[in-house]
Amino acid sequence: MIDGGIFDVAIIGAGVVGCAAARGFALAGQRVLLLERGTDILSGASKANSAILHTGFDAPRDSLELACIKAGHAEYLDLREARNLPLLTCGALVVAWSDAEAARLPELLAQAQRNGIDDVRIIGGEAVRGLEPHLAPTARGALLVPREYLIDPWSPFLAYVLEAQALGARVERAAMVTGGTFDGLAWRLETSRGRFAARWVINAAGLYGDRVEAQLLGDASFTIKPRKGQFVVFDKAAAPLVDHIILPVPSERTKGLVLTRTVFGNVLVGPTAEEQEERERPTVTTEGLEMLIARAAEIVPDLGGMPITATYAGLRPATEEKHYRIRHEPDRHWISAGGIRSTGMTAALGLAQHLLALQGGTTGPYTAAPVMPNLAENRPRDWQSAGYGEIVCHCEMVTRREIEAALAGPLPPGDFGGLKRRTRCAMGRCQGFNCLGRLAELTAGQFEAPLTVGAVHADA
Amino acid sequence: MQMHETDVLVIGGGPAGLGAAHALRQLGVGRVTLVERLDQTGGVPRHCAHSPFGMREFGRLMGGRRYSRLLTQRAQEGGVDIRLRHSVVGFSAGRASVATPDGPLEIGARAILLATGIREQSRAARLLPGQRPMGILTTGALQDMVHLKGLLPFRRPVIVGSELVTLSAILTCRGAGIRPVAMLESEVRPRVGHPWALFPHLVGLPVHYGAEIVDMFGSARVEAVQVRQRDGEVRTIACDGLLLTGRFTPEAALARLSGVGLDAMTGGPVVDDTWRTDMEGVFAAGNVLRAVRTAGHCWSEGRQAARSIAMALGVGP
Repeated sequence: MIDGGIFDVAIIGAGVVGCAAARGFALAGQRVLLLERGTDILSGASKANSAILHTGFDAPRDSLELACIKAGHAEYLDLREARNLPLLTCGALVVAWSDAEAARLPELLAQAQRNGIDDVRIIGGEAVRGLEPHLAPTARGALLVPREYLIDPWSPFLAYVLEAQALGARVERAAMVTGGTFDGLAWRLETSRGRFAARWVINAAGLYGDRVEAQLLGDASFTIKPRKGQFVVFDKAAAPLVDHIILPVPSERTKGLVLTRTVFGNVLVGPTAEEQEERERPTVTTEGLEMLIARAAEIVPDLGGMPITATYAGLRPATEEKHYRIRHEPDRHWISAGGIRSTGMTAALGLAQHLLALQGGTTGPYTAAPVMPNLAENRPRDWQSAGYGEIVCHCEMVTRREIEAALAGPLPPGDFGGLKRRTRCAMGRCQGFNCLGRLAELTAGQFEAPLTVGAVHADA
Repeated sequence: MQMHETDVLVIGGGPAGLGAAHALRQLGVGRVTLVERLDQTGGVPRHCAHSPFGMREFGRLMGGRRYSRLLTQRAQEGGVDIRLRHSVVGFSAGRASVATPDGPLEIGARAILLATGIREQSRAARLLPGQRPMGILTTGALQDMVHLKGLLPFRRPVIVGSELVTLSAILTCRGAGIRPVAMLESEVRPRVGHPWALFPHLVGLPVHYGAEIVDMFGSARVEAVQVRQRDGEVRTIACDGLLLTGRFTPEAALARLSGVGLDAMTGGPVVDDTWRTDMEGVFAAGNVLRAVRTAGHCWSEGRQAARSIAMALGVGP
């Protein structure tokens, strides 16, 4: 039994790329099916990133990655206001901490200019200290990149899926693809949530992109080499200590550690870059976290002794090559977007345009945009207007009204992580000391994996 | 914007805040407003089902919930204006910004007492390794769930810590039918003295001193923790939760964000011997000053701070 008739396109994976693509194909008038193996969207590689809206100043020249970053950056700026999505226009400083690093700044400037980012400039140590008075005094100079911005890393992608849903897209979570065949016209997909048919398949399966290819096409065109990134979030009291996104002069292998504010009013440091085989377990390590804290305090000495609010780790779907891995097989109605690493959050909207063009679709006009609840600290929060009922999470000031709205929305969270990403509840400094009980009450019966395992029996 | 004027604003409705507010009224301060962000005053004792509380305050022993009710009742009868679900989001000398369900409120006060208490250190602040599944919580969250909401967060947790509050956590578990599978302490000996340290043994709970968590497993819910024992051996303990007890830390975020000077050692506001912080007209008392003293001690500190505040306002005998 085929569920839902024949879709125009089935997108495998509801990470940043899949969510943006769902909107892109839906806007083009296509019938979209979005399949996600996790119990909620953004539950794989996409849930852990540094929330930077990149310019592409350091992206490989003439690359698809650069084109998608630039298109994604521009489209986000264009669509965000109608959707009530935040933006911190803080800019970035690529700080040189040694003469050797300072000597490399002109090379980075030239690369930025070649990439068409022409408002970038080099500033001296004094100017760096003027912009960032809390930075360690040893900064030799920096590349100032004014249009590197900060955004909410989750709400935009939820907005894109809601927009796709409003245009008729179907979203299936806990839907693992287990097999499929192409008959020359359409794909028949077997999933843990039933059978579906779609003319095209877009593989946006992130950490499992190679396995999806191997399973459905018989061979994989790339191999995922998971790269773990750990992060530490400092208390909101740290926010006045940094203004710009502080980046290091990059090395061959990684962009290095970022120190940045977040739109939620914290300060973040990370990610580490650790190769591992395991795709399921993004673990934090005590040594890794201690290293991040120590490095952060070298960059901004006043961070020494600052309380830690949260720690987390994510896995980037790196491959054996650095560039984005696009596999386009028109005869088999297949496109893979693999190896979308750190820049994916920015590039997703650009990739969505690219995938649509490869498939041969043409985009339609913007439609009614979903107005998202604001979670950013630089704009009015829900608790600032009357009638919210109660504050449930006191650290992040999340109201009952916000929690109830998220649970009643058109794409309610499929698990507790999804509720956290939609509201910020329990993400603050007490990590649930005060609110877990209330959240357990409010979410009773909502999740397949509930916060509690049962009730206290009267006779216990 | 709503406005409210008072003589003393007490921030926090635990033993220190309730004790201070009541004492301020007894000393003759006209208007005392106490704001509590929860829907209930009492602070940490309100979810402690067990004794002993109340010897110093009421001359007899009682459980934490009854103790919290009596302290609240006494403050109310004494004329304290208690406001629940009022969250202070920031303050400066003589003025506090408060979130309320009816909209933002500005409170003007001649003096402010910070009595925001403590909490236990989270998994993140402890820099514990491993995955981040559900089922990792502190004693405070456990007792709130079990005693106030009737919910079970787990059935077979591993307990971390060996402080007095750990014993309180074990009692809560036993009362709710939760069967802890092991107790871990990273120090080589218990943090509470004899004879309390014998208690886990008496209830048949395997205790490992000098044991460090080196990994945690589970994607949705905790499935196991991996522990390096004192002898270097690494073993995996199957469990469905992790109960983090103790390592109290002052709930000083509001003070920090509002610009009150904090003590690097205690993590709480710096106060002089009259309970004054370094901000004009702002005092602090109770466990926000350091971790961790008994409810009775905090109540008594609150009363001492009240005398200081009354004197500063020129009120009283």
